[in-house]
Amino acid sequence: MCLAVPMQLVEITGEGTGKVNAGGVRADVSLMMIPHVKLGDYLIVHAGFGIEVLDAEEAGIRLDLFRELAEATAGEEEP
Amino acid sequence: MTGRLIRDIIVPRLDRGQLGALPDSVVLSGLGESIAYTTDSFVVSPIFFPGGNIGSLAVHGTCNDLACSAARPLFLSLSLILEEGFPMEKLELILESVAEAADQAEVEVVTGDTKVVPKGSADGIFVNTSGIGKVDGSLRPSPKRVEEGDLILVSGPIGNHGLAVMLSRAEFSFDFDLQSDSASVWPVVERLMELGPGLKFLRDPTRGGVAATLNEIASLTGKGIAIDESAIPVDESVSAASEILGIDPLQAANEGKIVAVVGKGKGAHVLDLLKDCPLARGAAIIGEVTSENSARVVMRTRIGGSRILPEPSGELLPRIC
Amino acid sequence: MNSIEESRTARALARDIREAAAKAPGPLRYMEVCGTHTMAIHAAGLKSFFPDNLKLVSGPGCPVCVTEKRFIDHAILIGQKYDAALVTFGDLIKVPGSLGSLATFRSEGGAVRVVYSPLDSIEISLQQPSRPTVFLGVGFETTIPTVAATLKTAKVREIENFFVLPAFKTIHPPLKALAAKDDLNGFLLPGHVSAIIGSDSYDYLVSEFHKPGVVAGFEPLDILLALRDLVRMTVEDSPEILNDYKRVVRSDGNPTARKIVKEVFEPSDASWRGLGVIPRSGLALRESYSRFDATLHLPVEVPDAPDDPRCLCAAILTGSKTPDRCGLFGKECTPEDPVGPCMVSSEGTCAAYYKYGAA
Repeated sequence: MCLAVPMQLVEITGEGTGKVNAGGVRADVSLMMIPHVKLGDYLIVHAGFGIEVLDAEEAGIRLDLFRELAEATAGEEEP
Repeated sequence: MTGRLIRDIIVPRLDRGQLGALPDSVVLSGLGESIAYTTDSFVVSPIFFPGGNIGSLAVHGTCNDLACSAARPLFLSLSLILEEGFPMEKLELILESVAEAADQAEVEVVTGDTKVVPKGSADGIFVNTSGIGKVDGSLRPSPKRVEEGDLILVSGPIGNHGLAVMLSRAEFSFDFDLQSDSASVWPVVERLMELGPGLKFLRDPTRGGVAATLNEIASLTGKGIAIDESAIPVDESVSAASEILGIDPLQAANEGKIVAVVGKGKGAHVLDLLKDCPLARGAAIIGEVTSENSARVVMRTRIGGSRILPEPSGELLPRIC
Repeated sequence: MNSIEESRTARALARDIREAAAKAPGPLRYMEVCGTHTMAIHAAGLKSFFPDNLKLVSGPGCPVCVTEKRFIDHAILIGQKYDAALVTFGDLIKVPGSLGSLATFRSEGGAVRVVYSPLDSIEISLQQPSRPTVFLGVGFETTIPTVAATLKTAKVREIENFFVLPAFKTIHPPLKALAAKDDLNGFLLPGHVSAIIGSDSYDYLVSEFHKPGVVAGFEPLDILLALRDLVRMTVEDSPEILNDYKRVVRSDGNPTARKIVKEVFEPSDASWRGLGVIPRSGLALRESYSRFDATLHLPVEVPDAPDDPRCLCAAILTGSKTPDRCGLFGKECTPEDPVGPCMVSSEGTCAAYYKYGAA
């Protein structure tokens, strides 16, 4: 029930609509639910709608956590 | 449904020795073991898609079935079933594509047929091509030659055709550069044949994608197949499109690719043979034949987990879930 | 992160899960309530990382699984009686009703179109203004706002031939019922549903049922991280609602989206396939949007469509039984010929069990 993908807002095309891009696939999406969005933001896109804006800071915190965990196992043998 | 239809209704009535093995193409017995024969019907929708149309697809698809018997494609028949009122300009474009594809593949369309049916009886246009090819050499690809330790090669990035066709359906409004990979793969097979007995088996991963083909190999050989997800080449745009629509690229059709089983230890050699072949850009060894998990395909996932790769079941569809 | 780094992180998290699970007083059973989580877990082969005493069961979080046969029948009957164009997400197309599936209806000449977005159905209705276009409204809280927004658009554009046949489901009512079960230690909470409803909305799991819940993203590492937190909270007996998907989910969710939903829909009772009627677990169109209600404007007689009494899906959807305990499993009920909802969805518990084996 939750299939949604981060896509970057590359153009605002009208009142509450925009163009997003991910990997070269571009889509028109409705921005009705995320009026605070800015160009360049990454949106979570579900069924043609941006449902949330990706928080870049939180994304960074998560990556840092994962990298730390990865380093902790770096010395171990790859199976 | 088609599987059961073929197995339970068609084959029992028609098999006289060769049909039962359900080959994509067959080397005809009694004619010097040197002629391969195949047929395929094309009902793709939409008729025109990025990177081709039903005409070019019909040429490539049949040439590729012949190529999988290690037969050089030479001659095609072309049968058209047209819905009454099918626009002449579209037909002309399709025929031009047939001509172009045939010339590039160095095959000749030597016979054909055209029928017009009432509106609503065909989805615009249906195409059938039958093909004849010449088998070179005595060592033919066969599931019987596959052994534990053999390697699985895919001739390039996967899923392009299936995702390009899906994205271009009228009801979706995506903008994209992704194109079908539709092409005649004989030049790739020709290079692979330099492996001699090291080339064990060939299949083109069309409907059902690489997942269907790997399962076919597992079930025909009775052996297990182990693949590594991170070794599977996938273009970025295919990856993005597949995530957006919720479609597995492993299940998406390819119309210009080959899955080959090659002998143990031949990995570096085969990649070397293919390195200058434009149709095999991005070729990769993705796994091997094993003795465990017989008749199943097991995949090591990108993060190091393990799962079975089941046979795909039917139509590719976008999901919300 | 490249795949080597990701694999290393996965191994580290798996090790943490194993270490925590080793301290558990008994077997650990968690439920995930999102079809997309089910898919992601299978696709990444995550269960191969689990220690033996950790089990993750699938709950009723998949719109395909919980949509009644009668809904499919209703849609087909409308399609037949009014020559309506039925527009649907791909997920529903193979679900068998009593009259066959939407796919079989299409092969018999029915006008059935698969869309990626509910907005596409507006375009379809504009293409043939004299023909009713009916959008089949299934989905949970992630999808519901998209249909609400579509209806708002239809109203503004004064579209006369557009209708919705609602079968929406909301997650809290069944979750409350499931939280009471003794054999579940906690919940993997849906990432994008939570983006709409907020991670704060699950507090009752802790206050009423003393069970932990973790809002998780959909990358394999997100799920492993959430499981680690679940196991730790169980072992320490310190249940909380944790948000492990902070980059997308806010504690109060998306109020703009919820406002759009409230304008268009109001809560109603809903019937869940395999589970029966759950009060106020669905949505109906408000009076102000009733002109788009297919049930009102395209009436048909829809007979009851009871599920096969031998079907164990109710128990399977609530995690109480495994597919192999069902007498129909693998015999009369297969992915090609599904009887119950758990086999209908390609990643429903029974379909997954059939394809991947016991996990």
